[in-house]
Amino acid sequence: MTTTDLAVPDESAPVRRHALSRRHREWGLAYLLLLPALLVFGVFTFYPFLKNFKLALYQNPPYPGLPSHYVGLSQVGSVLSSTSFHQSLVSTFFYVLMVVPVGLLGGLLLAIAAHKAIRGMSMFRTAFSSTVVSSVAVAAVVFGTLMDPVVGLLPWLGIDPHPAILQNPTWALPAVSLIAVWQFLGLSFIIMTAGLQSLPDEILEAARLDGAGGWTMFWRVTVPLLSPTLFFGLVVGTIYAFQSFGQIDILIGPQNSGFTHTNVLLYYVYQALSIQHDPGVAAVLSIVLFIILLVFTLAQMRYLERRVTYAAN
Amino acid sequence: MSTDVRPGIGKIGAGVARVNFAGVSKAFDGTLAVDDLSLEVHDGELLVLLGPSGCGKTTALRMVAGLEDPTGGTVSIGTTVVNDVEPKDRDVAMVFQSYALYPHMTLRKNIEFPLRQQRVPAEERARRADEAAATLGLGDLLDRKPGQLSGGQRQRVALARAIVRDPKVFLMDEPLSNLDATLRIQTRADIVSLQRRLGTTTIYVTHDQVEAMTMGHRIAVMKDGMLQQVAAPQDLYERPANTFVASFLGSPGMNLLPATVVDGALEVDGVGIVLRGAPLRIADGPVTVGVRPESASLTATGIAASVTLVEQLGAETHVICTLVDGTRVVVRQGRKAVRPDLGEAVAIELDPDYLHFFDAATGDRLADDR
Ligand SMILES: Nc1ncnc2c1ncn2[C@@H]1O[C@H](COP(=O)(O)OP(=O)(O)OP(=O)(O)O)[C@@H](O)[C@H]1O
Ligand SMILES: [Mg+2]
Repeated sequence: MTTTDLAVPDESAPVRRHALSRRHREWGLAYLLLLPALLVFGVFTFYPFLKNFKLALYQNPPYPGLPSHYVGLSQVGSVLSSTSFHQSLVSTFFYVLMVVPVGLLGGLLLAIAAHKAIRGMSMFRTAFSSTVVSSVAVAAVVFGTLMDPVVGLLPWLGIDPHPAILQNPTWALPAVSLIAVWQFLGLSFIIMTAGLQSLPDEILEAARLDGAGGWTMFWRVTVPLLSPTLFFGLVVGTIYAFQSFGQIDILIGPQNSGFTHTNVLLYYVYQALSIQHDPGVAAVLSIVLFIILLVFTLAQMRYLERRVTYAAN
Repeated sequence: MSTDVRPGIGKIGAGVARVNFAGVSKAFDGTLAVDDLSLEVHDGELLVLLGPSGCGKTTALRMVAGLEDPTGGTVSIGTTVVNDVEPKDRDVAMVFQSYALYPHMTLRKNIEFPLRQQRVPAEERARRADEAAATLGLGDLLDRKPGQLSGGQRQRVALARAIVRDPKVFLMDEPLSNLDATLRIQTRADIVSLQRRLGTTTIYVTHDQVEAMTMGHRIAVMKDGMLQQVAAPQDLYERPANTFVASFLGSPGMNLLPATVVDGALEVDGVGIVLRGAPLRIADGPVTVGVRPESASLTATGIAASVTLVEQLGAETHVICTLVDGTRVVVRQGRKAVRPDLGEAVAIELDPDYLHFFDAATGDRLADDR
C-alpha cells in the first residue's frame, strides 16, 4: 500500500511537467497570432482612447497656434456646466427618445408582418432590410429633397412650410430623427426577424389555442418572449442614435445646428474640434458620450444575465 | 355555481364531444402527410394515434386543433364542421411535445392564461387553477417559473393548463417522449386515470406501442398518412388487419414467414405445419404466415434455422433465428427454457392455434380465424 502511494506522484510528475510546457507553448503561439490585431487596436483605438483623457485636462488658448496648458479638472467642470452642453444633452435625449422606440417598434411590426409564410415575402424582407446598406449621405439627400420648402412634399401637398422644416427650431430635430429612424428600421427589422425566428412556434400556437387574440398575443406573449432581443435592439439602437452625424451635417450644418436644437452630442464634439478648434472641449464631450454608452452596455449585460433562465427553458 | 365537471360541453354545436375525420387529407407542397383519413373518435374516448415517425400523426392532430388547414375532407367536433373555425373557438386544449409553457410567467399565470382569455373572474380563475394544480400535484410550485422545474413537472403543468379549461377535446402530441422511463410509466398511469375521471374526449399521439396498448380505449394505426386499422388494443394485437400492423405491434413484433398453401395444408420452408381442425379456407399458392414470438418455440423437429442472436431480458429471452431462406424469426422463451448457443442449428415449431394469414402480395389479413 505504501509503495503504491509513493508511486503515484512519481508517475504523474513528468506528465504534469509536460502538460505545463505544452500549455506555455500554446500561450506563446496565441499571443503571436494576436499580435497584429493588438498592434492595430493599440495604435488606432487604445492609444487615442487614453490620449483623449489627457486632452480633457488641457485647455486650448483662444487663438490657434499657441500651446495648450494643463488646467486639471476645471475644464471638465466648465464644459459640464455650460448651457450649450446642457442644450446638447437635452437635444440628444429627445433625439434618442424619438429614434429608438419608433425604430424598434417599427422594426418589430415589420418583422411580424413579414414573418408570415406568404409567397413573395422574401421580396418584402429584402426591401425592409435594405435601409441598412443605404448610405446616410444618400438618405440625407433624398429626405432633404422631400423636406425642401420649394420642391418638397409639403409644398406639393399645398402646405407652405415657413420657416423651412430644416431651419425650424421645432421641426428640425424630429426631421433629422426621422431619417435616423428610417435608416435604423432595416437593422431593427433584421434583429427582430432573427428574434422572431428563434421563438418556438409551439408557444405561439399554444397561446392561439388558449384563446389569445392579436393584441394579447403581441403584448403578453410575443413581446415578453422577445424581451432579450428587444433589449439588444434597444442598446444597439441607442448606440446608433448617439452616433448620428451625417444627416445633421449635410442638412443642417454647423451654423444652424445651434438654434435649430440639432446640436446632438456627437455633432457637438465635431463642432468643438473642427469648427472651434478646441480639442480640450471635444475631449471632455467625447468622454461624456463614452460614459453614457458604457452605462448602457453594462446595463444590458446585467439584464441579459438575469434572462439566462429563459434560454434554459 | 354549476357542479357539472364539464361546463365546456355545448359550446360548439350541440350534442356530444366527438371528433370526426371525413376523408381528411393534408398535402404539404409535394408530400401527402395525411391521406384520406376517415375516423370517428367517440365522446369520452381516449383514442391513440399510433404509427412510425413521419406517418402524419401530428398533422392529423393539428388539423383538429386548427393549426393546420386540411386540403381535403372535413373535420368536425360535436356536430359542427370546424374546417373554418378559428383555433381559439374550437374549445380544444393541446399538450405539446415540448410542453410549450410560457417561460416568462409563473406556473399560476401559465395555468390561468386560458381562463384569463375567457374573461373568467379573478377569484374563479384562482380557484380553478388551484384545483388543476392540486390534481396534478403541483400545489406548492405555483410561484415558480417553468425554467425552475424538472421535465416531469413541466409536463404536468402543461396538463394542468389543458384541464383547467374543461375543454371538449384534449389533444396530446407525444407528451411523454421527453421523460425518462420510470417517470413515463408513472405519468402514463396519471394521464389515464385523469382522462377516465374527467371523461374528456382525448386524442393521444404516440409512436410508442406500449403507451398505445396501455392507454387507449382504441388505437388507430397509421402509416404513410393512411389509416391502417382502428380497434381496441387487444383486438389489434389478436387480429391485425395487415402485415404492417402485425409487425408494428408487440415487442418484438409478429414474425412474418413466407409459406405455401397446398390443398388446404400449410408448408413453411418446405416443412408441413400440422393444423388442428378444418383445412385452411385459403386458395392454394403463396401466403404470408404471421406468428407472435410467444407462439413460436424451439423444438427437436420443425422448421430448420440457425441462431443469430440471443437477447436476455431477465424474465424472458428473445432468440433471434434465421431460416434457410434468410427470414428472421424471433422466438420468445420463458425463464426455464434451455438457451441455445449462437450459431446453433435449431428447429422452430409454430403453435397452430395462434397463426395469422396474410395475402402474400398485398399483406392484407386473410379470413381464416384460428
Ligand atoms: N409544415 C410542414 N411542411 C412540409 N412538410 C411537413 C410539414 N409538417 C409535416 N410535414 C411532413 O408531413 C409528414 C407527416 O409529418 P408529421 O409531423 O405529421 O409526422 P408524425 O407522424 O407526427 O411524425 P413524428 O412521430 O416524427 O412526430 C412528414 O413527411 C413531414 O415531413
Ligand atoms: Mg409528430
